Amino acid sequence: MSGPLIEFQNVSFRYGEDQPWVLKNVNFTIGEGESIAIIGHNGSGKSTIAKLINGLLSPQAGKIFVDGMRVNEKNIWAVRKSVGMVFQNPDNQFVGTTVRDDIAFGLENRGIPREEMIRRIEECLTVVNMSDYVQHEPHRLSGGQKQRVAIAGVLAILPKVIILDEATSMLDPKGRSEIVDTVSALKNNRHMSFITITHDLNEIIHADRVIVMNDGELWLEATPRQLFTKKDELVQIGLNIPFVARLAEELTRVGVELEKHPLNHEELLEELWTYHSKM
Amino acid sequence: MNNTLIIGQYVPGNSLVHRLDPRTKIVIIFFFVFFIFFANSPASYGLLTLFAITSALTTKIKLPYILKGLKPVWFLIVFTFFLHLFVTKEGEVLLHIFTYPIYSDAVSQGTAISLRFFLLIMVTSLLTLTTTPIEITDAIESLLHPLKRINFPVHELALMMSISLRFIPTLIQETEKISKAQASRGVDFKTGSIKDRMQAIVPLLVPLFVSAFKRAEDLAMAMEARGYQGGEGRTKLRQLRVEKRDILAYVLFVCVLIGLFFTRS
Repeated sequence: MSGPLIEFQNVSFRYGEDQPWVLKNVNFTIGEGESIAIIGHNGSGKSTIAKLINGLLSPQAGKIFVDGMRVNEKNIWAVRKSVGMVFQNPDNQFVGTTVRDDIAFGLENRGIPREEMIRRIEECLTVVNMSDYVQHEPHRLSGGQKQRVAIAGVLAILPKVIILDEATSMLDPKGRSEIVDTVSALKNNRHMSFITITHDLNEIIHADRVIVMNDGELWLEATPRQLFTKKDELVQIGLNIPFVARLAEELTRVGVELEKHPLNHEELLEELWTYHSKM
Repeated sequence: MNNTLIIGQYVPGNSLVHRLDPRTKIVIIFFFVFFIFFANSPASYGLLTLFAITSALTTKIKLPYILKGLKPVWFLIVFTFFLHLFVTKEGEVLLHIFTYPIYSDAVSQGTAISLRFFLLIMVTSLLTLTTTPIEITDAIESLLHPLKRINFPVHELALMMSISLRFIPTLIQETEKISKAQASRGVDFKTGSIKDRMQAIVPLLVPLFVSAFKRAEDLAMAMEARGYQGGEGRTKLRQLRVEKRDILAYVLFVCVLIGLFFTRS
């Protein structure tokens, strides 16, 4: 297929005539198989982008294309077939009375035959490591488990892109790492695009490219490594720098020159224990 | 977190009654409740009681447990009996209680009416004891299906029921959380006059409603994102199937009904 998977052309959006613009003339493209992180502080318009992509909201100006289709009333159900979304609150997106029923919900909506449904449910639950919980009701699951079920439910419809709209922000650290692990395993095994929307800079490390939103404008597009060199600017627009990047910064200031900017603990450790031999 | 929370009275099991198609159970119970009013002789009552007790035994749920479930209605059953005992004034006088005459018909009618009542409640509670709420929802959707022709929103009704069932535990947990939060701010739920306690409910209900609406909004969005566009063109994962055991249950029940008409006086 030629052309990008998702394309925003001069998109502007506001919730009402007398409301301020939430998105101002935003342009970007996302390719097939790419992994993108969208970050920004609260109210920067990052969640609005997610809702625009699958037509839950429609822009006042500009065009949005998904998989070659323009997102509008006519194409909306076809677009939603290629876009899977996982929302913030694990409880408020669980429709079925059991794990099995919940994953089936998306499949039922699309009129998938029953035998196919059963096969896909089993497969997707194995992928997110939840096969032992098929008959569990939502109130017997932890937040992280519910989000994994939500991911399985999205996977089952075989979308081209999965949008995680602050999917980890209501989870405890354990649930958060469960989701991060599940998603990074998926990235390696499946050819699909991922859009992670977050305000936590720790979660962008695995992305190919980062889109930084500030006050409705596309502030910067960069790789994670490039991004962490702009620490002062990031702090200015209200984002917290991860510990590793901050430590690297402090080290540089006291004269310890690191070869590359470390993104996680392993990289930092590698830099530090080989530091002396490089001198 | 309450892991043992069971919605309704469902007792998990694998008995014949548990495995029956929920539609079979609903249809049989519906007609049982209807035909109970045709019984008028000791033999016909005996037959229906036998049917009810046998069904209850087949569920393999302990009989004392089933009877315990009838606790709230015991009073009504006993009350009905005594009402008939003292009010009916037909037949022969059997005995005097402090010069108040008790008639023979009063005893028989009191027994008949309260037995009727007892059977009715017991058989309907067998349904909820052996069938999960979601199965009942599916059965209702299937049984009401013909009403679709007159534009009755059968699918929407069933979906509404199943979503309510899914959110009951969530809202119970939420209520617990809010009541603790409000108690820590000094709201007293447990002491004071009835009026005070009713007023203490308000700070519990308001946040609960606000969050319920928020949930509903989120859920609607999630459902739409997952491609929900009404009942049209949907397939179903949970399917109900009429098996041999269902046919057997119907045959047995029809036999009981035939027996009922022969034992009537």
